[in-house]
Amino acid sequence: MEQMGKVLVVNQEKCTGCRLCELVCAVKHDGISNPARSRIKVMKWEAEGLYIPMSCQQCQDAPCMNVCPVKAISRDEDLARVTVDYDKCIGCRSCVAVCPFGAMNFNVIDRKVFKCDLCDGDPQCVRFCDMKAVDYMDADEVSIMKKRDAAARLSRAGKEGAALMAQL
Amino acid sequence: MPLDSKIAYIDLTTGDIQIKPIPLDVRKKFLGGRGLDAYLLYNHTKKGCDPIGPDNTLMVSGGLLCATCASATARTHVMAKSPLTGLLGSCNMGGFFAPEMAWAGFNHLVIKGKAKHPVYIYIHNGKIEIRDARDVWGRSVTEAQWAIRDDLGDQEVKSMVCGPAGENLVRYANVMTGIKNAGGRTGMGCVMGSKNLKAVAARGTMDIKIAHPVEALEFNKRFIEQITSAKVNQTQGTIGTPFIWGATNSWGGIRCRNFQYNQCEYADDMEPERLDEIATETIGPYHMTGCFGCQVHCRAQYKIPFGPYAGKYDEGPEYTSQGAFGGETDTPRAITVLTGNHLVDQYGVDNLEIGSLISWAMELYELGIITNKETDGLDLRWGNDDAVIEMIHRICQRKGWLGDTLADGGVPASKKIGKNSFSYLIQVKGMSNLHSDERATPGLALNIALSSRGSDHLRSRPAIDLYHLPEPVMRKIYSSPVPYNGPLSSEHTEYIGKPWQVFWHENCYMAVDCLGICKYHTTFLGATLPNFEDWVKVVYYNTGLQLTPQQIWEIAERCNNMERLFNLREGLSKDDPEKGDVLNHRYHDEPTRRGAPDVVGRVIEKDKFLKMRSEIYVHKGWDENGIPKPETLKRLGIDNEPSHLV
Repeated sequence: MEQMGKVLVVNQEKCTGCRLCELVCAVKHDGISNPARSRIKVMKWEAEGLYIPMSCQQCQDAPCMNVCPVKAISRDEDLARVTVDYDKCIGCRSCVAVCPFGAMNFNVIDRKVFKCDLCDGDPQCVRFCDMKAVDYMDADEVSIMKKRDAAARLSRAGKEGAALMAQL
Repeated sequence: MPLDSKIAYIDLTTGDIQIKPIPLDVRKKFLGGRGLDAYLLYNHTKKGCDPIGPDNTLMVSGGLLCATCASATARTHVMAKSPLTGLLGSCNMGGFFAPEMAWAGFNHLVIKGKAKHPVYIYIHNGKIEIRDARDVWGRSVTEAQWAIRDDLGDQEVKSMVCGPAGENLVRYANVMTGIKNAGGRTGMGCVMGSKNLKAVAARGTMDIKIAHPVEALEFNKRFIEQITSAKVNQTQGTIGTPFIWGATNSWGGIRCRNFQYNQCEYADDMEPERLDEIATETIGPYHMTGCFGCQVHCRAQYKIPFGPYAGKYDEGPEYTSQGAFGGETDTPRAITVLTGNHLVDQYGVDNLEIGSLISWAMELYELGIITNKETDGLDLRWGNDDAVIEMIHRICQRKGWLGDTLADGGVPASKKIGKNSFSYLIQVKGMSNLHSDERATPGLALNIALSSRGSDHLRSRPAIDLYHLPEPVMRKIYSSPVPYNGPLSSEHTEYIGKPWQVFWHENCYMAVDCLGICKYHTTFLGATLPNFEDWVKVVYYNTGLQLTPQQIWEIAERCNNMERLFNLREGLSKDDPEKGDVLNHRYHDEPTRRGAPDVVGRVIEKDKFLKMRSEIYVHKGWDENGIPKPETLKRLGIDNEPSHLV
């Protein structure tokens, strides 16, 4: 099978909400500490203890790419990512408006759009997350992993069900 | 740059707000956080001011490294004159508030006066406004924070608030942020309440330029590996701090029934594994939560499984809640701990102080010093779980004679109760000890006696004393960054060498508090964790400031002396049982009754204790009365205080 390329995988159950990913992302790209510059952002519902890191999904048929009036956004198949060509970008923010995940950002200080570039294959958010709430793996492995987790849950439920039946 | 962060002076009486830079020479002298706060406190409060009057000044700050690319720079520090002790008031909390304030452009706030009606301060990208909080007043810690977000229409706002306990002027009310992050001890939430200040809210998207970003990033990675490689931090990151209570209890180092026992029998129900089992929905390895940028993530998440508060979400319970609502009161049941923990988080009150005072009242009840008349019929028997929960409500709402009395703090309560109630109160400088028993550990006993904010474990605890480290290892730790050739002992029951260890940790913890990082990231519970040598690099990479380990040590000494100067000015005297560097007589008179062979049957020998105290005064450059010598102050450049540099 052809190499699918690696993708960012978020497991929100593991996220502790520390936002170190936001910090290292901004420092890596801009040399600045400022979560407003981060490509990844942890959305939080503190009252429920729910933390979900959000970043670019590097869509195949990316709405940002389709909407761009000057064709500044394209797919880079080597790294399986969607990239912005700043020589072409006119800063119209159509991509920001259209992204269903809010993953395209606009930096009000530099007045530029920006998005996850997977740190050219070494995503710092993944490197710094000891919980691996954000991971970087082959796209085809992701669904196998999820299948295994789901099957384990089913198997556990099945065993518990059988044990309950045995008690009756 | 982190060094560009500003200081704001806010007068709540007049509404006047002044924004100024923090001069570099002030940074070099006090760094930031607690150290600079101590300087500001001495300079901006009048001697003898009323802690709950408009003249008291409230300092809110982040550390020098706050929101930089260093590890766990989340700490918010709050300082004022304490309404509990009348001496230094100081608290330190994690969470996300100080970094947000830093991204909004500020590292330090100096808040004076008293607002006419409830207000909150909103800090947003270099601007500060005082806003109406009449609709927020009266709300619990979390409800207040969500209400402020709604008021501002921004869910990313981070606030530090006082809860109902602070509004009711409970003298040991907390400053709180998030669900659980608590600035506990010494009642800084009470100072907020007294100023009609419900909250300080922050939202920032301003740049903090890192001086050497590539190096800072790589060094942070190394730093984190060092921190997470320590077993103690791995354990904390899996089950949280309850493991400490479990270990300390089985050894015999906690308080049970106020001070009658040093071990809680039948405490299995409070072991972390059991807490995990009971609160099935959460807790456990994947249900940990962390402060900004921290990979230790020591707080568990849980829901109360049954009872009147079933389904309520909270974080913890940490080590101190187990001690406060399980051990001290001899109610070692998970549900009591989980519920008590939730209530103090919502009221915004210090769990250590309230648990300690409830257990003190229980002992007085047992002795007949207080009776059903004082408790309004509440059966304050040891082990009465419902009474513990009821007392939390009564104190925080100042309900009933006893609730109102205990809300004023231990020493004032002892005067109101009378008889010999004071001699049962386990306190130093008017603040209750945490739920630990130091009779088998002279080093730790010296630590609580000398702590600048009253009996406390986060000022100078040589906790690694309990690991019996080989002497060469100890010598390596304790003879850097300044040489030490005196005696050291790996034996925790010994008295020799302990004064130096306490002195060393005092400077280490002060440095951490000035930098604004967490104590789990230094030589506190783990002997292999970073300290002075490593901070020099972190500070340089992030701020560009070049310091030597010796300079950081000297800064810490300077800041500790500032705190001492404040305490002396406000009436500290070394042998004063209410405001001195002394322990409750029970440490010296009542041997421990339970615990491991190296614990049971021990007291702190008074003559040896006093010898240790004299020795630490010498290390600190203080005279025999515990007053900094003129040459010490001159050496540290604080011989002309108040000097009003900021």
